Amino acid sequence: MYSIPGCKSESTAMSEITLEVQGLSTHFETRAGTIRAVDDVSFSVRRGRVLGLVGESGSGKSVTGFSVLGLVDPPGRIAAGRILFKGRDLTKLGEAELRGLRGNRIAMIFQDPMMTLNPVLRIDTQMMETVFAHAEVSRREAWVRSRDALGMVGIPSPEERLSAYPHQFSGGMRQRVAIAIALLHQPDLILADEPTTALDVTIQAQILAEVQRLARDHGTALIWITHDLSVVAGLADEVAVMYAGRIVENGQVSQVLKRPMHPYTHGLIGSVPSRNKRGSKLRQIPGMTPSLLNLPTGCAFRTRCQQADEKCELDPPITAPAEGRMLRCFNPQLEAIV
Amino acid sequence: MTWLLRRLVQALFIVLAMTIIVFVGVNVIGDPVDVLIPPDADQAERARAMVALGLDKPLWEQYLRFLLGVLQGDLGRSFVYNEPALQLIGSRLPATMELAVTAVLLSIVVGIPLGMFAGLKPDSWLARAIMAGSILGFSLPTFWVGLMLIMVFAVQLGWLPSTGRGETAALFGVQWSFLTRDGLAHMILPALNLALGNIALVLRLTRAGVREHLQLEYVKFARAKGLSPARVLFVHVMKNIMIPIVTVIGLEFGSVIAFAVVTETVFAWPGMGKLIIDSINVLDRPVIVAYLMVIVFLFVAINLLVDLLYTVLDPRVRLETRE
Repeated sequence: MYSIPGCKSESTAMSEITLEVQGLSTHFETRAGTIRAVDDVSFSVRRGRVLGLVGESGSGKSVTGFSVLGLVDPPGRIAAGRILFKGRDLTKLGEAELRGLRGNRIAMIFQDPMMTLNPVLRIDTQMMETVFAHAEVSRREAWVRSRDALGMVGIPSPEERLSAYPHQFSGGMRQRVAIAIALLHQPDLILADEPTTALDVTIQAQILAEVQRLARDHGTALIWITHDLSVVAGLADEVAVMYAGRIVENGQVSQVLKRPMHPYTHGLIGSVPSRNKRGSKLRQIPGMTPSLLNLPTGCAFRTRCQQADEKCELDPPITAPAEGRMLRCFNPQLEAIV
Repeated sequence: MTWLLRRLVQALFIVLAMTIIVFVGVNVIGDPVDVLIPPDADQAERARAMVALGLDKPLWEQYLRFLLGVLQGDLGRSFVYNEPALQLIGSRLPATMELAVTAVLLSIVVGIPLGMFAGLKPDSWLARAIMAGSILGFSLPTFWVGLMLIMVFAVQLGWLPSTGRGETAALFGVQWSFLTRDGLAHMILPALNLALGNIALVLRLTRAGVREHLQLEYVKFARAKGLSPARVLFVHVMKNIMIPIVTVIGLEFGSVIAFAVVTETVFAWPGMGKLIIDSINVLDRPVIVAYLMVIVFLFVAINLLVDLLYTVLDPRVRLETRE
């Protein structure tokens, strides 16, 4: 896609594109009408790089992730767009082919580690079944791979822990188990859906560092779905900001965070508590996230936007205001954030 | 192990409490002497009968004698058959047990697969038909369904016999119907009659569990691992929902034994249920008491078994018992 001159990435030799999403729309047909949970979304991630997908709850981040895995359940469906995984369009694949990719070439880590592991199955069962799903190996081999994966994510005495049940692990340890499961087949792409939101801050930092290292070492592309800009700042190479099912701004992390152009990104950055002066009122974006069933016409953010005018009642086109940047706004804020 | 010991002591107290309730209750429903002696008997004959049956003693003494007997494995002698009550019940128990076990097995092998299907494809016409049928299954009265089964399969079609146990064969010195072809044919209708309500219950429970659990995160995670839908359903979901299903099947097993009365009466099945109805009619107290004690014992034993099964199914329960 776009090349970024002078950015911090070490080389471009490794920069083959792992995932390219083009014009993806995922809709849910309900009795109350069609919900456009994901609406004309495009982004790409390259090998060994991290894309932060940022937005409030209900902005379509998770549905985007599930769309890539082909795990959108009815009444939801992918209405338009292409999902190119190493050149293959996933929207054209059958269920069996998709299942062959899931957990194998594309892995996902979920938000709440307390809910993702099956409470009545032992850890070794849950890990080894993942090995068997994609590789014809002996039980012994599957067990060894599982143990090594647990060791890799920093779980002490993995041999013993393999025969434990999920409730015998803390939240942070469970998330490590989930990450170990995701790493079992050394996937090309990991979708991480707010995997540290439910964890303590200290554990969060450990997991972030761990995942970053693992992705770099294996050349895995990583999509980190989060609502937390500070996580993105520390982890991601690129960031895509989602609002009401659309990506409103996209670009290099360093540039987007320093010079946000979309008023929504501005608002998000402005409302990070550490940026506000002690004793002064916390800045916030006025209004509430609109219901996806009842979106304003044109730009969905215009009812909460101070820059909005009549133009915004039309759909804003996608523009490239700077190299490697993408923006969906008629009235971008061009001054740097203070 | 302390847990098991505690449960056993609890069970003992439940049985003890039941003996009091049963003993007092049976005393209230009527005086058996009136039924047993001829209507023209005089006062002296009446008094002799009361002494012979031990009914001249005060209630507390009767109860203590009964308890003493229970400790020696003696639950009294039937007034009518003049046989030990326990032996009488024991001779009828196998007939009821084979009916109850068959009914429970039927509710498992029919109820669980149908429930899984209805939970997996809730909008299909077949699932809707199953659910509608299940409402009939537990809302139609057992005796009426029994009569209808006889009407259709025995009278109109003439496919299956409708009364008695048919031919039996001996195993461990007990006569069983399920060992002969003829006996099996005789079992089909009453077992189906007894199972119908339970099939409906197990089916609905399975469906609700499958529907609920398919929405949970662990299922989505299992699918994201690339597991086959069969593995997700049969291993991940089923192992979770077996916990409530086992509870209900355990309870149902107890009530199937206890409430086989209606079915046994309709199909003239010579089990415990028929015996207890006959005994209540003639106020044969020792048999009523012994029957109720056997039922209480079975309930307690089944519940204990269900609790033990929990620890196999749910690792979280296992941990608590260790602590």
